[in-house]
Amino acid sequence: MLRMIGQRLMTTIPSVIGVIIVTFLLTRVLPGDTAAYFAGPAASPQAIIEIRSKLGLDQPLPVQFVSYVAALVKGDLGTSLTTGQAVTKDLAARLPASAELTLAGLILAMAVALPLGVLAAVKQGSWIDHLCRIVATAGVSLPVFFTGLLLVYVFYFILGWSPAPLGRLDVFASEPPRITGLFLVDTLLARDFETFRGALAQLILPAVTLAIFSLAPITRMTRASMLAVLGADFVRTARASGLTDGKVIGTYAFRNAMLPVVTTLGMVFSFLLGANVLVEKVFAWPGVGSYAVEALIASDYAPIQGFVLTMAILYVALNLMIDVLYGVIDPRVRLEG
Amino acid sequence: MITRRTAIAAGLAAPFVARSQAQAQAVSRAETLLLVQEYGPNSLDMQGIGSSQPVNGVALNCYDRLLRFKPVPIPGGGGNTVSMGELEGELAESWQVASDGMSCTFKLRDATFHSGRKVTAADVKWSLDRACTIGGFATTQMNAGSLEKPEQFVVVDEKTLRVDFIRKDKMTLPNLAVTIPFVFDSELAIKNGGGDPHAKEWLKNNIAGSGAYRVESWKPGVETIYVRNDDWKCGKLPQLRRIIARDIASPATRRALMERGDADVSYGLPPKDFKDLLDAGKVNVVGVPIPNGVWGCYLNTQVGPFKDVRLRQAVAWVMPYEKILQASLFGRGVSMAGGKDPKVAWPQPFPYTSDVAKAKALVDAAGGPFTTTLYFDAGNATVAEPMAVLIKEALAAIGITVEINKVPGANFRTEIAKKTNPMVLNRFAGWLDYPDYYLFWTMHGNNSIFNIAAYQNPALDKLVDAARFAPDKASYDANVIDFIKLVNNEVPMVPINQPTHDVALQKAIGGYQFQPCREPDFRYLTKG
Amino acid sequence: MNDMAKVEPVPARAIPAEPVPALRFEAPPSTSLWAHARHIVAENPVTGLAFGLFALILLAAIFGPSIVPYDPLASNTNAALQTPSRAHWFGTDQLGRDIFSRVVAATRLDFSIAIFSVALVFLMGGLAGVMAGFYGGWIDKVVGRVADTIMAFPLFVLAMGIVAALGNSVGNIVLATAIINFPLYARVARAEANVRRDAGFVQAARLSGNSDWRLLLTQIVPNIMPIMAVQMSLTMGYAILNAAGLSFIGLGVRPPTPEWGIMVAEGASFIVSGEWWIAFFPGLALMIAVFCFNLLGDGVRDLVDPQRRN
Repeated sequence: MLRMIGQRLMTTIPSVIGVIIVTFLLTRVLPGDTAAYFAGPAASPQAIIEIRSKLGLDQPLPVQFVSYVAALVKGDLGTSLTTGQAVTKDLAARLPASAELTLAGLILAMAVALPLGVLAAVKQGSWIDHLCRIVATAGVSLPVFFTGLLLVYVFYFILGWSPAPLGRLDVFASEPPRITGLFLVDTLLARDFETFRGALAQLILPAVTLAIFSLAPITRMTRASMLAVLGADFVRTARASGLTDGKVIGTYAFRNAMLPVVTTLGMVFSFLLGANVLVEKVFAWPGVGSYAVEALIASDYAPIQGFVLTMAILYVALNLMIDVLYGVIDPRVRLEG
Repeated sequence: MITRRTAIAAGLAAPFVARSQAQAQAVSRAETLLLVQEYGPNSLDMQGIGSSQPVNGVALNCYDRLLRFKPVPIPGGGGNTVSMGELEGELAESWQVASDGMSCTFKLRDATFHSGRKVTAADVKWSLDRACTIGGFATTQMNAGSLEKPEQFVVVDEKTLRVDFIRKDKMTLPNLAVTIPFVFDSELAIKNGGGDPHAKEWLKNNIAGSGAYRVESWKPGVETIYVRNDDWKCGKLPQLRRIIARDIASPATRRALMERGDADVSYGLPPKDFKDLLDAGKVNVVGVPIPNGVWGCYLNTQVGPFKDVRLRQAVAWVMPYEKILQASLFGRGVSMAGGKDPKVAWPQPFPYTSDVAKAKALVDAAGGPFTTTLYFDAGNATVAEPMAVLIKEALAAIGITVEINKVPGANFRTEIAKKTNPMVLNRFAGWLDYPDYYLFWTMHGNNSIFNIAAYQNPALDKLVDAARFAPDKASYDANVIDFIKLVNNEVPMVPINQPTHDVALQKAIGGYQFQPCREPDFRYLTKG
Repeated sequence: MNDMAKVEPVPARAIPAEPVPALRFEAPPSTSLWAHARHIVAENPVTGLAFGLFALILLAAIFGPSIVPYDPLASNTNAALQTPSRAHWFGTDQLGRDIFSRVVAATRLDFSIAIFSVALVFLMGGLAGVMAGFYGGWIDKVVGRVADTIMAFPLFVLAMGIVAALGNSVGNIVLATAIINFPLYARVARAEANVRRDAGFVQAARLSGNSDWRLLLTQIVPNIMPIMAVQMSLTMGYAILNAAGLSFIGLGVRPPTPEWGIMVAEGASFIVSGEWWIAFFPGLALMIAVFCFNLLGDGVRDLVDPQRRN
């Protein structure tokens, strides 16, 4: 098992190296002169040149790359110009916010999508099937920022049901002691139910926005997978042996259909984590996505590189985990190395 | 009717009681101000290199300067603005300009830093030296008031400091009141500086000042929390004990927070929102025409079609001043069209109005039609984009085809530094409200980055320089009138309008104070 | 990392793609295809709806700019921010431009962005995938690594980076959208080509002396077209969404060109102040188009999926 994981890790190395190189090159061709930005308004050309050499930006690209990688090996992702902090520190502070939002969105999406998908498969071809398809497709057809704004308008501004979209907590509440960084978990651990409720209230709208968007892939996956399983011999056998529909679908079919769905979930998660960029922007969510957007707009290299690298490693790790899990659950699936 | 706000307050009361050990929670909402802003500081040190605009607010509230601008009522009411010509002491108890007019001696108050140490003349000197030598924006700003060398700052005794002038410059004293020359606790800074004579890294993340507020917590990109310094000696103790400044990027969200009464103050909304809020009347909107500030269309005088002065005049004649004021600024500004006689003031309307026939004749005379590109900073898109679209449409009518290029914020400075863009929309506002100061930055031969039109004219330079260092008011006025006449005719920049600096405040918030750095001054604000 | 040999479900990026079953039929005779299409539409009204919408979008794209009631670029500041009325069906925006005209006129640009980015990724990804599947070996390895590397990026951020680096023009938006979809096309094409490499009809053609290139072009490529068509209609929706997202953060097409994403982005700030129509109608158009392309993908799948033929 360990050897298998090791082998699998080896194969991921080239793509991580690829990501490092591409990100480096991409950020260097971003227009906008970091030195000029740093020097501030009204800087003399002389001052800009000085700052450029101080930042090492006057070195040839390969030299810059070597020093970047050397720092990377030491775990140093550089300093953000926009926040003025070390990128590792920023990312560590913001990653839990994104993770919590994404997880919440995903769980919400699953709660709706799994039953929808199963229903659509069981009633294949009926109006329920079509409705499920339309609902899921409509969700993915909306730009997330538009959904987010609409929800804020309706539920905060008009109805006043939702708290102000001010980030993870109301301004007058204080953060729970940090254990996992996920407020919902930390507040429960600290038995601070008031803050838990506050954090939950803040989380609902952005999570719903994300969930609406991720409804479609999960519904489709579930439906397709269920259809495949329902057509399989063992289900027919189960049906033939007189088991009730509920039992067949709930126990036999559903469980077997979940395997490919789980595989997709990993990817949906990593996709959402990177894609909630826009949701974070709308809801002032202090996550890594909004951090990366701000950095990109400001031509701030270090945070973009740090963000992309973190996402890539997360993605690789998630896929590895799922593959391993998959192998454990279903021994027929053997990993090819 | 139970408003949402009272419901929230009631809901919030419970946890506060339960968790009274949390010091921060002890301050009641009545003494706390919630400010929502687009983005917050990226450093706590405004003198440091690369500091963003909101850092001015940190400098303003957490540090003291020798002098400050005197508050005067805003003509339209709603609070105070500043009077450039009148100064009052902040750390300085008194000051005296020498009889030869070549130095000024400051007597310090008995003020203490947050650390408890007394503020001494040595601290002031260390801080002013630092501003002059650290490089970047701070040094440039100091130089603008002829504060160039550390030797100019002389410690006379523990409580007395003398500033020697290298030339007579009317901007020297006002320049000591802008946010840059603030005073650090030099011993604390040096001790923590780790060998760096400027203690840059440490001061970036820590406050070492004597100002009215301390920074209780700073989460870059999320929020900054200020608490009052109860020992502040340099003015009336502020009423507000705690300020929470949240970064909310979306202006729509900020507006919603104001309208629903969840936030107390918001800066930097789009003009449309300020207009709507003002019309709705639920919250106060205080507007001050930005002193020394003007939206202008810069026309490159060195490359491209606008080398020809007739085309620059044509643009000035066809500029849809009124349309822009209504559709882009929603009336939150002052039009710069149809000026009569040149005055000693900046900005002021140029003698052009929308006159298509005149403009078309000038284009034809110059051998039109032409094609060109208009650039603006994407960060200003809310206002600049509709402006650009209207200009494109207006110029199409006189045979100038315009392509619009929206430049992402970070590139904008690089782009204008090239000085090859034929047309650029930009808003520039000088901190020191003098016509010569504005022209020194935007049209002078020193070719600063803000001289976007790359305008080079020795005659103008001579007039501007003469005004900057004019020995008396009469010669100053004469020079100003002359250079205004000159640029009226040459139009390297077509002034479009003077925008209003607006702030939305809940009705319960009083004591609004406008500052030239355009950051909130918490020291005067009141609640309830 | 994921060895391409492992046939895994098509990753669910924004495009909701379920694994497309390998096709077991080749070159269907066209008459039965038409009959089958009619059958699909009859059986599945949603697909019929999608085809209808598609026709509408196509018409708007072709004739839109010439049939709109107002010049989509002409401002009229006296009529700014008007609510939908008989004169202005969708209302007017900040500059008094007619939103209905702008929404209709924008169809052509948005449709082009979708079509061109899909065509580009089809050429790049499809070709690379087919070569990888057909030849295997180092080509397979290289294509696989490139696809893996792109997959490891947060895709929207990659698109942002590309557009920010190359400049925000329509061409670069198309390019960025194509690049982030590359792995999807490469993988599908590879898997399909790989399955067919040793199929009987290919072997037969090879034995009769056809060159590799000829085999690729005459035997492999035509046979993977149906499944690629499914991918393409699904990705078209994503291309539009992607362009809209880029517009929202200020990396979209240049003003004053009408484009749905940028119109939504501009109108977004007016929602709270009650001028909902500025963002709503372009948003609706955007949603309908994406919705239509997604459903169309399903329809095309039904059309080419032999399992559904009966």
